[in-house]
Amino acid sequence: MSKENISSRRKFLLTSVRAAGLATIGALVWSSMLEESVANSLILRPPGALPEEDFLKSCIKCGLCVSACPYDTLKLAAPGDHKPMGTPFFDARDIPCYMCTDIPCVPVCPTGALDELSVTTDGELDINIARMGVAVIDSDACIAFWGIQCDACHRACPLIGEAIKLEYDQNKRTGKHAYLKPVVVNDVCTGCGMCEHACITEKASITIIPREVVLGKAGNHYVKGWDEKDQQRVKDAHGGTTTTEISKRSALDGLNDETDLY
Amino acid sequence: MKYLISRRFTQISVIALYIAAHVWGLKILEGNLSSSILFSTVPLSDPYAVLQMFVAGSVITTDVLIGAVIIALFYGLVGGRMFCSWVCPINMVTDAANWLRRKLGISHVQKRVYMSRNLRFWVLGLSLVLSFLMGLTAFELVSPISMLHRGLIFGMGFGFSAVLIIFFFDLFVHENGWCGYICPLGGFYSILGKFSLLRVTHNVDNCTECMECKVVCPEKEVLHMVAKHSATVTMGECTNCARCIEVCNDDALNFSIRNLANRSKK
Repeated sequence: MSKENISSRRKFLLTSVRAAGLATIGALVWSSMLEESVANSLILRPPGALPEEDFLKSCIKCGLCVSACPYDTLKLAAPGDHKPMGTPFFDARDIPCYMCTDIPCVPVCPTGALDELSVTTDGELDINIARMGVAVIDSDACIAFWGIQCDACHRACPLIGEAIKLEYDQNKRTGKHAYLKPVVVNDVCTGCGMCEHACITEKASITIIPREVVLGKAGNHYVKGWDEKDQQRVKDAHGGTTTTEISKRSALDGLNDETDLY
Repeated sequence: MKYLISRRFTQISVIALYIAAHVWGLKILEGNLSSSILFSTVPLSDPYAVLQMFVAGSVITTDVLIGAVIIALFYGLVGGRMFCSWVCPINMVTDAANWLRRKLGISHVQKRVYMSRNLRFWVLGLSLVLSFLMGLTAFELVSPISMLHRGLIFGMGFGFSAVLIIFFFDLFVHENGWCGYICPLGGFYSILGKFSLLRVTHNVDNCTECMECKVVCPEKEVLHMVAKHSATVTMGECTNCARCIEVCNDDALNFSIRNLANRSKK
């Protein structure tokens, strides 16, 4: 285009469009970087951490929890750790959470990303209600499920007999031995990771995974009829009668009629 | 040299105190530049980080709010954009790049790349929009400043690559490219520090028009009055780094307190 003079109106419009376009490029590139940086959902957070989404909003990445941890369990994610940068995490196989009763990492958090109330019972800090994750057992790799006696995880569990129980079973292969199978009680497990740390197999057969990743939810419409407390949820429910119209055709016709199938 | 030495001294000692707190438990200054505790009592927080958290939808606690207000008041009323040249560890990286750039004379062989000084305000605005839309602290998650100070205190990982990018960018792509054009934290403090008291003042009567000050100044626009008329530097972009004062052999540039300077002019 020749160097003709353009009106100030046109100049203003062009400049605005250009600025908007550049801002859009920036926003798209930047947001995709952010998406990538928070894409990892398999991160173990310190005790009392808010749900991951809120945690990422609130953590100011100051590292005070990391400094407070006496066991060097907590680390701040550095570039290359493939975790949201600057946020605290731990690797249970490496160093698990040793469940300090005074939980030094939580009260130092200035932003409430580590929520003191979520680890407080009756006004006192209570590490046993922390929910950092939940232990999951690979029963194929766990040698206790092979019939070899090992209760390393059970022994290592700070809530021995509560968070990890041993289930006894007959070993039908040999006919004379017993299985001592570790079983995790999901409701009680704090996710401290001492079991994963203690596991004797080459790669741990018991692993801590964030609860929201691995735990299911049955839904409110399932009621445990054998559980008095659960039964209370439906104590006011009154059943109506549902009547279904019975087909008047013969059963044979119904089976041969293809129209309903497609 | 005294200002350069004091700047390096504060920059290094702030990081050293953080390291001492983390490694040896010396409880003078704990945390890092995002948020810290002074003498185990006074909270200090990066107001820009807190702003991003707020926009992202986090509930701001009293501790962090007080910390951010303390820092904002200090720079807003007293120091201006002093954080950039007196505290931020990236300043040492970009100063080094800039020094090498001058020594090698890279500006002589380089075609001029056009960037607007206002780019940083766009980045600043964008960071807040993205924080709001994505519910994340948009700049904090990618900030090379945080990568460096956090890395020095808690372990670097691959953080040095970000630092290297900035070094090469300032050395080969654009003079003062990061601190003077892109960094939204610098933009934030430029706005915040616009009305602060500590200012550089120019006295034209002493000026011999050597223009050395404009060569060393990382934000040349702020010295627009040099050799023209006596005035106080009022643009918030000035980082109070005092390079101009040190390079001036004629006592034409000095620190002053804003109001006193105005009064003496009358």
